[in-house]
Amino acid sequence: MPKFEYAPAPESRAIVSLRESYGLFINGQFTPSADGRAFKTISPATEEVLAEVAEAGPADVDRAVTAARTAYERTWSVLPPKERGKYLFRIARIIQERARELAVLESLDNGKPIRESRDVDIPLVAAHFFYHAGWADKLEHAGYGPAPRPLGVAAQVIPWNFPLLMLAWKIAPALACGNTVVLKPAETTPLTALTFAEICRQADLPPGAVNILTGAGETGRALVTHPGVDKVAFTGSTEVGKEIARSCAAVPGKKVTLELGGKAANIVFEDAPVDQAVEGIVNGIFFNQGHVCCAGSRLLVQESVYDQVVASLQRRLATLRLGDPLDKNTDVGAINSAAQLARIRELSEVGEAEGAQRWSPPCELPVKGFWFPPTVFTGVSQAHRIAREEIFGPVLSVLTFRTPAEAVEKANNTPYGLSAGVWTDKGSRILWMASRLRAGVVWANTFNKFDPSSPFGGYKESGYGREGGRHGLEAYLDV
Amino acid sequence: MSDTATARLAVRKTYKLYIGGAFPRSESGRSYVVTDHKGGFLANAAMASRKDARDAVVAARKAFAAWSAATAYNRGQVLYRVAELLEGRRLQFTAEVRSAEGLGARQAEAVVDAAIDRWVWYAGWADKIAQVRGASNPVAGPFFNFSLPEPTGVVAVIAPDASSLLGFVSVVAPAVVTGNTVVALASERFPLPAVSLTEVLATSDVPGGVINVLTGRTAEVAPWLASHMDVNAIDLTGAPDSLADDLAVAAAENLKRVVRPGDDDWTQPPGLKRMLAYLETKTVWHPVGI
Repeated sequence: MPKFEYAPAPESRAIVSLRESYGLFINGQFTPSADGRAFKTISPATEEVLAEVAEAGPADVDRAVTAARTAYERTWSVLPPKERGKYLFRIARIIQERARELAVLESLDNGKPIRESRDVDIPLVAAHFFYHAGWADKLEHAGYGPAPRPLGVAAQVIPWNFPLLMLAWKIAPALACGNTVVLKPAETTPLTALTFAEICRQADLPPGAVNILTGAGETGRALVTHPGVDKVAFTGSTEVGKEIARSCAAVPGKKVTLELGGKAANIVFEDAPVDQAVEGIVNGIFFNQGHVCCAGSRLLVQESVYDQVVASLQRRLATLRLGDPLDKNTDVGAINSAAQLARIRELSEVGEAEGAQRWSPPCELPVKGFWFPPTVFTGVSQAHRIAREEIFGPVLSVLTFRTPAEAVEKANNTPYGLSAGVWTDKGSRILWMASRLRAGVVWANTFNKFDPSSPFGGYKESGYGREGGRHGLEAYLDV
Repeated sequence: MSDTATARLAVRKTYKLYIGGAFPRSESGRSYVVTDHKGGFLANAAMASRKDARDAVVAARKAFAAWSAATAYNRGQVLYRVAELLEGRRLQFTAEVRSAEGLGARQAEAVVDAAIDRWVWYAGWADKIAQVRGASNPVAGPFFNFSLPEPTGVVAVIAPDASSLLGFVSVVAPAVVTGNTVVALASERFPLPAVSLTEVLATSDVPGGVINVLTGRTAEVAPWLASHMDVNAIDLTGAPDSLADDLAVAAAENLKRVVRPGDDDWTQPPGLKRMLAYLETKTVWHPVGI
């Protein structure tokens, strides 16, 4: 497959006007942190400092939770549901109107290709608000009784892999159900959340209904353990998720939902159309540099087509374009942070040391910034750490199987259970596999598909609770 | 020059039909006088004929394939856009509803606000009705079995006579939101707000033919819709008692789904009744096995 040379096609940064520094968003106002602490957020593609951002401490958490409580009691929960919904429709529309700005900002701060932020992240964000706007005055039809009640103040902590999309997954259902929120974006990707705060102001959202606190782990810890919080929603690592589950375990009435790590199996049967499957494998693990909790990081290939699939996969990977996230032709962007790059490197070295064969296409990495080439390990056994641990990067482990039963056995042989993929021409086998896979989402002959109407979440140590769809409302209702 | 010579004469609007996204006059060349609540002349509205009704059904049928295949998300956005445009013409519709129905200013405003909000309410249903009415069914065997709601097809609507805008929206929106296309016969007494609404529809994202609006004599046009073999459902809300039974009998010829006139209070939350009336349930079986 020849790789064509493309001229650079960079998306303009001019649409984004970055401020030098950003405050916390509390009670409808931007405000500095109480102790004046701040940190810098950088572009992972160039290491350029983008802005300085306030770091919320315990006093700020307290202020934000109080603002959310007041808004909950005085305005948001007593607003007619129909009017609540209309605020969310407004927010959805403003996101659509500012879509390009948000996409560029997301790619700058996160490092993901503009093609993905523009065509996947931001449209899904708008859709998520649109979908939940409609639920606000229809909750009695959602199957939770005639008049389901909100919970109160929701503390929400989100990761850096889909910054604005994870914000939407958290805030849209919470507001639709009548809760108010205090949300902490990840420390490496705060900028779109702060722009969202501006959007709340443009929509005239009542002050305090949405509060945004920037900060790192300490801020998150103070937020989820704050006694004024009725609900905790977290998306991130299983390790932190367990810590949150422990810290909330002894607090009666505090509802917790967790969307954690994954080690999804992407299972290719011999009757699958190989080219289509290869596209799905590539999308499954190299979409968003593999920074996807539901990434198809374990490829299980039926032995009879192993050689063909691996050869085809390697050929396809040689055509991927790695580089400037703002270039419209880029397929693989930057790794989000130095720390994440170090973890990917470490686990990849372990993979080699444990005896798996490492392969990457010829791929020139930029000098500045954090980069890792698309990488495939073959000869991987189930005992290898790269087959067991979540790498959260563009690294695929290939294993084989002979029978459907063996595929199920291997796919389920993980403490995680977020997602799985099945590739076969046989419909009955898809359903047979789906009924046996212990995972919250099963994609058949596709992968990494998301929709606001479709519930998403994990089994086992991938967390509990669902986000999206009618089922996702449960997380924000007193039921 | 005298004062009367310089006074500006208002340019009056011709109220036409709305069929397939275009604004034809009635092919019959007829119109009828519409008066305000005091009996003063308001306008001549088109008096639709059998042929106009049949043309409207053809337009609705033609639009059905694309509209019913649009994603639910897309249909929701389209309906929400109607609300946005209607909000921008709030004053115009308040005045029109006032002069037609003789309401006070506040009442007329409340009616228009409720009509706008009703579009929003139904917009939100587009991608939820399948989640409320669909099911996966635990059949006793190795089968995956699920049921989904699907639009029934072309819906004829005899809009309520007394509520020219809110009533009209309340009977049309629940049909189109799920993917049906509509031929609506506006209130005979107060047809003008519905005709003005077609100008909103025409400049919104609602594809031509999805909503078609006729004005004229209910007793003349409704029987042609009720007996039309390419109409799948009919809402008889606006039919007078003397006519409703005959229409229901005519509708039975091809087993149309029929909504009988009821004591609807358009100011109250609508419930699911009308949406469900125009939905079929489709059940799919698929084997499960290696």
